[in-house]
Amino acid sequence: MRAKYVMSEVFLGLWRNISMTVAMIITMAVSLTMLGAGLLLYNQVDVIEEYYQTNLEVVVYLDRDIDQATTDQLQADLEASGYAEQVVFESKDKAYERFKDTFEESEDLVNSVDAEVLPAAFRIKMKDINDAPKLIADFQEREGVYQVTNQRDILQQVFDILGGAQRLTLIVALVQGVAALMLVANTIQVAAYSRRREVAIMKLVGAPNWFVQAPFVLEAVFAGVIGAIFAFATLIAAKFLVIDGQFKDLFSLMPPISMQSILLLLPILTGISALISAVTAWITLRFNIKV
Amino acid sequence: MTYGSETTEYATLVLEPPDRLRNSADRLRLVIQLEGVTKHYPRSNRPSVEDMNVFIDKGEFVFFIGPTGAGKSTIIKLLLREEIPDKGKITVGDTDVTRLRRWKTPAYRRSIGCVFQDFRLLPNRTAAENVAFALEVIGKPKSVARRVVPEVLELVGLGGKEHRYPHELSGGEQQRVAVARAFVNRPLLLLADEPTGNLDPDTSIEIMRLLDRISRTGTTILMVTHDSNIVNQMRRRVIEIENGQIVRDQARGVYG
Ligand SMILES: Nc1ncnc2c1ncn2[C@@H]1O[C@H](COP(=O)(O)OP(=O)(O)OP(=O)(O)O)[C@@H](O)[C@H]1O
Ligand SMILES: [Mg+2]
Repeated sequence: MRAKYVMSEVFLGLWRNISMTVAMIITMAVSLTMLGAGLLLYNQVDVIEEYYQTNLEVVVYLDRDIDQATTDQLQADLEASGYAEQVVFESKDKAYERFKDTFEESEDLVNSVDAEVLPAAFRIKMKDINDAPKLIADFQEREGVYQVTNQRDILQQVFDILGGAQRLTLIVALVQGVAALMLVANTIQVAAYSRRREVAIMKLVGAPNWFVQAPFVLEAVFAGVIGAIFAFATLIAAKFLVIDGQFKDLFSLMPPISMQSILLLLPILTGISALISAVTAWITLRFNIKV
Repeated sequence: MTYGSETTEYATLVLEPPDRLRNSADRLRLVIQLEGVTKHYPRSNRPSVEDMNVFIDKGEFVFFIGPTGAGKSTIIKLLLREEIPDKGKITVGDTDVTRLRRWKTPAYRRSIGCVFQDFRLLPNRTAAENVAFALEVIGKPKSVARRVVPEVLELVGLGGKEHRYPHELSGGEQQRVAVARAFVNRPLLLLADEPTGNLDPDTSIEIMRLLDRISRTGTTILMVTHDSNIVNQMRRRVIEIENGQIVRDQARGVYG
């Protein structure tokens, strides 16, 4: 009976103030979508790091006109340096093969590049990737070496971009979150005001505080849960339409965002949203409904 | 034995500390004790209730009368713990209301029934539901409400109108619902702030009959009123207040 009463009050309250309810849910959904995206990016950085950790190489690109003796000497020195676990020579032809593989879908790009342009290289698997700067320092200035690159530095740029995107989503989530909570507080205030007669009567009859407050708190929680579900749906849609759809090529460079980690967001977002909404509503009520 | 049964003016005697007035057995029967109670609203230039001492026994029927602004409603609010006194001590039954923790207030209020000039019914609930609400909020099972509510509505003379909404009832009928709601929990104390203020004389008398019947069940009733006819006909204890102070406390009194 009491539960039924409370639920009907909740829906009535939300319905009576429908425009505010909708605004509240939209703001919450945007905030939570951003929060979800931020969490996914955070997770993605970990995944990428793990994915590449074992595959990272230092690549020593060779001058185009290098002779065989210098090449052999370089290889011998690299192997003797103590940093390398494995040194693999990649000829110009092989480099071109690899280039064609990587960009096989972009025929124009492949056609525009002359096989001669790509340099031969040593691909070095390091014993410890942290020693890469030392190896680079030792070999950068050697005769016949065109350039030495540490793939980790390239990866670092990817991380920087992801980190920036993550910060951006979290800032938007925070700003929208604050707006959402202000809307919650406002909605609760309006609801408490429009039901002040009922509230006064309930308190007169000696209704316990939780009984008076429950419909209002549940209103906020309900809006929070709906907001979280919308946010979740948006993230799912984003995965299928953007990441797996339109921008597939872009995202294929990194490991895919797994469905599992998105599904995990549903309970997380719902929980966070419901909890924060409830606390906000409860605090608002403490100031608005005095015993 | 108690001053409730005497016909003398009592204003001076009642200001004595209660221990000198009565033995401990009598004290147990006290339902309301106001001891040196002062209430000064922040934005008011004088206290609304000043150093007031009132002792009311179980089962007494007491009228509070006095000019507008005298502080009658303030006393009701103090008893309901809607307001806290600045000074003094209020005891209702076993409860020291001045020391009552905030979270215990709802439980305390359930031992008190109250009726007001403006009825204060929930507009979206029928008569029966309004009465049942008082049971509902204290967690009584539905079966209790099904049994008790028709009884109480019958008692107040609303049998057959259980399913009307407040706007489908006359003022007198609405007030009966309010009385039924106040009484359904068999409270120790029933507070009534001008319960007949909005009613015509005949209806007022009906409501008074009702309160009288309730009073005979042992419920203490404290009623604020401006209606001299009612006071003069009932001949109950009358406490007259002016400027927040008691100017007359008379057993079997008249309006004055
Ligand atoms: N919330 C408040 N803040 C400030 N002053 C108040 C407040 N409530 C009441 N008062 C003042 O306290 C005094 C007593 O008010 P109260 O309502 O108790 O009068 P009353 O005896 O019930 O009058 P009436 O017969 O007109 O109902 C009045 O002077 C009133 O202005
Ligand atoms: Mg008054």
